Parts: sequence; C-alpha cells; structure tokens
Amino acid sequence: MFLADTSSPAVSWNLLADFQQMWAYPFMVNAFRAGAIVSVVCAAVGWFMVLRRQTFAGHTLSVAAFPGASLAILLGVSTSLGYFGFCVAAALVIAALGRKGRDAGAEESAVTGTVQAFALACGYLFISLYKGLLEGPTALLFGSFLGITTGQVTLLAIVGALVLAVLAVIGRPLLFATVDPEVAAGRGVPVRLLSTVFLVLLGAATAEASQITGTLLVFALMVIPAATAQQLTSRPGRSLALAVLIGFGSCWLGLIAAYYQPYPLGFFVTTIAFTGYVLAHLGRALHEALGWSRSRGRTPLSIGGTA
Amino acid sequence: MDPSARSTGPKSGAEPVLSLRGAAVRVGGRTLWSGVDLTVGAGEFTAVLGPNGVGKSTLVKVLLGVLPAAAGEVRVLGGVPGARNAAVGYLPQRRSFDASVRIRGVDVVRLGLDGDRWGIPVPGLGRAKRRAARERVAEVVELVGASAYAHRPIGQCSGGEQQRLLIAQALIRRPQVLLLDEPLDSLDLPNQSAIAALLGRICHQEGVSVVMVAHDVNPILHHLDRVVYIAEGGAVAGTPTEVITSETLTRLYRTPVEVLRTSDGRLVVVGQPEAPALHSDRHSEPGAGGGHVSG
Repeated sequence: MFLADTSSPAVSWNLLADFQQMWAYPFMVNAFRAGAIVSVVCAAVGWFMVLRRQTFAGHTLSVAAFPGASLAILLGVSTSLGYFGFCVAAALVIAALGRKGRDAGAEESAVTGTVQAFALACGYLFISLYKGLLEGPTALLFGSFLGITTGQVTLLAIVGALVLAVLAVIGRPLLFATVDPEVAAGRGVPVRLLSTVFLVLLGAATAEASQITGTLLVFALMVIPAATAQQLTSRPGRSLALAVLIGFGSCWLGLIAAYYQPYPLGFFVTTIAFTGYVLAHLGRALHEALGWSRSRGRTPLSIGGTA
Repeated sequence: MDPSARSTGPKSGAEPVLSLRGAAVRVGGRTLWSGVDLTVGAGEFTAVLGPNGVGKSTLVKVLLGVLPAAAGEVRVLGGVPGARNAAVGYLPQRRSFDASVRIRGVDVVRLGLDGDRWGIPVPGLGRAKRRAARERVAEVVELVGASAYAHRPIGQCSGGEQQRLLIAQALIRRPQVLLLDEPLDSLDLPNQSAIAALLGRICHQEGVSVVMVAHDVNPILHHLDRVVYIAEGGAVAGTPTEVITSETLTRLYRTPVEVLRTSDGRLVVVGQPEAPALHSDRHSEPGAGGGHVSG
C-alpha cells in the first residue's frame, strides 16, 4: 500500500511542478479526483450528522462498509456495490428499528450498537471465508488510494452529486427538524421522513469515504471537518462552507503527503484534520478566555417592556 | 354561575379569533373534558388552568388541529382548526438547547420564518426578499428584547433568554393567535414575570390573541383578560374575577374549593382536587391540597 518504491519522489516546493509530477500518474489523478468528491460530500453530510448528534450512527454505517466490501470481494463483484449496498441497507435498518417515539436517543444508540457488532462479525466471517488470497483487511479498514479506477471515480461522482442534490433540497427543513423538531413538525415538516432520508444519505456518504480512508477512518472526513467548523463559527451557512473547505484541504494535503512519504494515506488525512481541530479548539478557548474578561461587567437581564 | 357558562364575546362585534362550543375531546377512549365553551377575541390574553392531567395541553392540540374534537364545534380564525395554521404561532412545552448547540439565536428565529421551505436560495436571486427576511428577524428579536444576545450561540443563552428567542420564533410570521404550552415552567420568578409582561405587551399592543396553558396563574394574573378552568367533565370560562372564586370552582370541581387572596394580591386556591377529594365536609381538612392556583 505504500508508494515509496514507485519512483522515490521528492518535493521540489515548486507546487506547479510537483502537481505535474504527481498527476503524471493516472492513478494519482484518480486519487485526487476521488478525494475531492468524497471530502466535499462527506463534509456536507457530516456537518448535519454532527449537528444531529448521530456520529454513532455514522460510525456504525461506516463499519457496515467492511462486511460489504469483503463480501463483494468474496463473491467477485465490484467492491463499490458492496460498499454502497451494505451502508444504505444498514441505514435503513437503523431507521426502521430506531426512533419510534420522541426522545428515543437511548434506544437508538442501542439499536445502532447492535447493528455495528453484527456488521463487524459478518465482515470478519467473509474475510476468513476468502482464505488468504485477500491481502488482508488492512486496506478495507484503513484505506488505500492506489488502484482507484476511472470507473470508480465516475460512480463516486454520480453518487456524490445525487447526495448533494438531495441535501440541497432538504437542507433547510432538515436543519429545522434537527434544531427544533417539535416546532418543525407543527409547521408541517415531515420530521420522521427526513430522519430516514438523512440516514440513507449518511450511508451513501460513509460508503464513499470508506473507499478512500477505510472504514475505520471515515470520521477523518465526516466528523473532524464539521466539528472544527462548528468550533470556529456558529453561523450555519458559513460553518457548512468551512467544513467543506477543511475536509477538501485535509484530503488533498493528505494525498500529497502520502505521495512523498511511505506512510498510509488514512494516517495523513486524519492527522492533518485532527491538527486543525486542535488548533480551532485552542483558538476558541483563547478567544473565550479573552472575551470572558471583557464581558465581566455584562448588563443585567433586560426586561423587554413594562412589567 | 353555570359551570358551562359561555364567556361574553370579544370586545368588538367582529368574528372571534377562537371559539369553542360544547367542545369535548377523547384520548384513548377516555373523555378528557367536555362541554367547553370559550370565545377569544382579537388581542385578548387567555390562560388555560386546571389540575395536572386534565387535558390542558390537549386543548392546545385541538386548536392546532392535531387532535380532533370529539363533539361540539371548534373554530380557529373562522375556519376548522389546522386550516389557518400559518396564522397561528405555537410554542410547545418547555424545550431547551444545551450548551453545545452551535447555532445562533437569530438562526433559530429565522427557521421559524422559512425553515419549512424546501430547496436552497439561488445566490444572486431574491436579494430584496432576503433583506426583508433579515429585517423581520431583527424586528421581532427587538420586540422580545433579545437583541443583546441573539447573535450568540443559543446554547450559551440562559433559560429566560432562550424562551424570549423562542417566542420571537413563534411570532415571526405575524400570527394572529399565539398558543403557548407552559412557557413559564422552570423559569425563575424574575424571568417568569418578565416573560409574562412581554406576552401581555405582545397581546395588548400588537393585537395578537394569546392562549397560554399555565401552571400558576399569579405571574400572569394582572395581564389576563380571560381564564378557562378545566375540570374532569366540564369547564368554566370568563374573566379572572368571575372564574377564580370559591363558588365557581366549588361548583366546577364538585368539592369544596376556597380561593384566598393574599395581602400582595396573589391568589391561593385551597382544596382543589389534584387527587379525588375524600372529604365532603367543608372545614374538616383546612389547607388540604393547598397551594397557588395550580394544575
């Protein structure tokens, strides 16, 4: 999975030349294309996931990608089919079993955990059934950017465009249903339906990310950019755009690093994103510490109107 | 006074904003209340009172058209309930945002305006519309006196601040009726009276009819035009001085109830049946079931 032996490239720090050198390899072009698509889709979907506090559901869906891919390899069909099929199916299972009533958070997390355990067990079974010829579950779990075909990139682009289109249509009601479900329901927003549709989008997005970062590092592209952006601003539009930017940046920087260094891609993407998160957190803590001392003498609660 | 006495009509001769005639509701095969007659005119402040579990929130749901009335006639803004919900603002029972919610107060208010609309606005188009929306948000935030903290993440606002922002959210589409379910619940006393004053002002100055389910009548007492006291079986509606009296409540609950007025003008209802009353002798259990007008 390492690239060190291909050409032992070195950074010239002339960005144009470096990119020309990297993009001389078709597999690198595909890797950058796939990375761009996946990081944008995942950041957008992940932004809603973080706001909805469904990171556990997101993790479970990404784990479902593991048996999906290993079964696809076992059966000799396209791994993409396995990724998307299993992730979307797991999303529907979680949607059908969980959230029967209001405030069913505890029950939902139990259902989600159950699905996750079963998915991992199945994945392990499929790997052992395949016996040896599979070079090991490492690539499935921790990702790889080698050997992404143009066909796969096309599929990623089509699914990604679909996910973004649906998200654009349902975005505002979904935000309403996330922040304030009861009032949204009172205004005629189909809260339950939106929740199911969102889980399916989440399934599709995690399936996309699994093919780049591996199933265990999906959060590098789904959670970290959104969490970082929400640290930096509380304006919804701005923080969504920032999440997309951070996701895209970490992914491409990770790809560049992985091209020049003999260590796995998932590590670089995650580390870059994580560094950004830590910096954002420190920055906000510092900002609040300064702001706190400034607003010590805050005016008391204003009483609007005459009492 | 007859327990089902119909309150007098609205101040003007115009069609009432809300009217219930002999209304009843059944939930799970059980009749919660019946024979409720109520008329609310424009710009009137009405409180819905009664013991726990009697179906006060259910009344709000009937007015929203979420639950059908089992009998009688219910009209909201001249139509069947639910038909004109665009002109009805609704504030559900106490909900709060915890500290980690990274969405500003103004965004929550804005969602009340167009949060149910599908699709995203096309950049460059509808600029005037967007400016109008922004101005409306600022206007309604100013109305509830929340301008100082509306741009902070709502999770960092206090309970009273959040409640003001949620009232702004309910008001943003200029509703003619505002339905609130226990909006003062779990607020401290200064905030209770501040929010009550705000609602009184919205009602009497902006001409919005306010119907509010309340636990304690005292914080809102001097803003009220009308109260509805719901009991199992029936209800009484009228002005507070007509309804919150020993005679009326005794007849409504068919058990001795005493209404006392403290020196600072607060009302205390003694003997109201939270649980079925066992004693028929009026003076055998002084203070039993005492407390403020509660329900």
